[in-house]
Amino acid sequence: MADFDQELDASGLNCPLPILRAKKTLNGMESGKVLHIIATDPGSVKDFEAFANQTGNELMESKEVGGKFEFLIKKA
Amino acid sequence: MSDEKKLAIIATKGSLDWAYPPFILASTAAALGYDTEIFFTFYGLQLLKKNLDLEVTPLGNPGMPMPMGMDKWFPVLGLALPGMQGMMTGMMKKKMASKGVADLAELRELCQEAEVKLIACQMTVDLFEMNTSEFIDGIEYAGAARFFEFAGQSDICLYI
Repeated sequence: MADFDQELDASGLNCPLPILRAKKTLNGMESGKVLHIIATDPGSVKDFEAFANQTGNELMESKEVGGKFEFLIKKA
Repeated sequence: MSDEKKLAIIATKGSLDWAYPPFILASTAAALGYDTEIFFTFYGLQLLKKNLDLEVTPLGNPGMPMPMGMDKWFPVLGLALPGMQGMMTGMMKKKMASKGVADLAELRELCQEAEVKLIACQMTVDLFEMNTSEFIDGIEYAGAARFFEFAGQSDICLYI
């Protein structure tokens, strides 16, 4: 996985909390910085895709690692 | 930004289960950049109380999954037994917490933080002689015309 600047562990949280926490964390980051998110909600895979499509933040990577879902999002 | 998308919601229900959709959708929409307003009317006003004391009822709700096959043991009349509603509410809350579903008050706070506008129907407040000191701060009291001012320009409008 590529480098990231900040990390958010949303494990155990269900919809819509991973998205809301990610948005809040991104709000405090500078443009171009990368956020690494870990989630256990299987719905978050489609949700982070949709979040990126609608907000303009780039979903650089999305993968499953040992039953957890990991995402890299670059702030627009 | 005037080119922001807009979501307008009418929240009419005051039970624990139905309290979730308005706050989940509004908070998510706000995170996606939507300008969002919720108009609370009739039983929906319960969702604006400082002390959120909401319950679920299995009565009149054949779609509600019952734990431990309880629906087999209790015919419809059994669901009306005293204490059944409190028991189901306790079970639902426990289930939600164990599945990482947001606490309702937390979700409502996230809405307010994200500047979702919460509007209480003034007519309902008068009708049920509700005490506005029981409601959270930062809400607006208005009528149907106020709802249409925003809903008329909305991209999505939901009645829940």
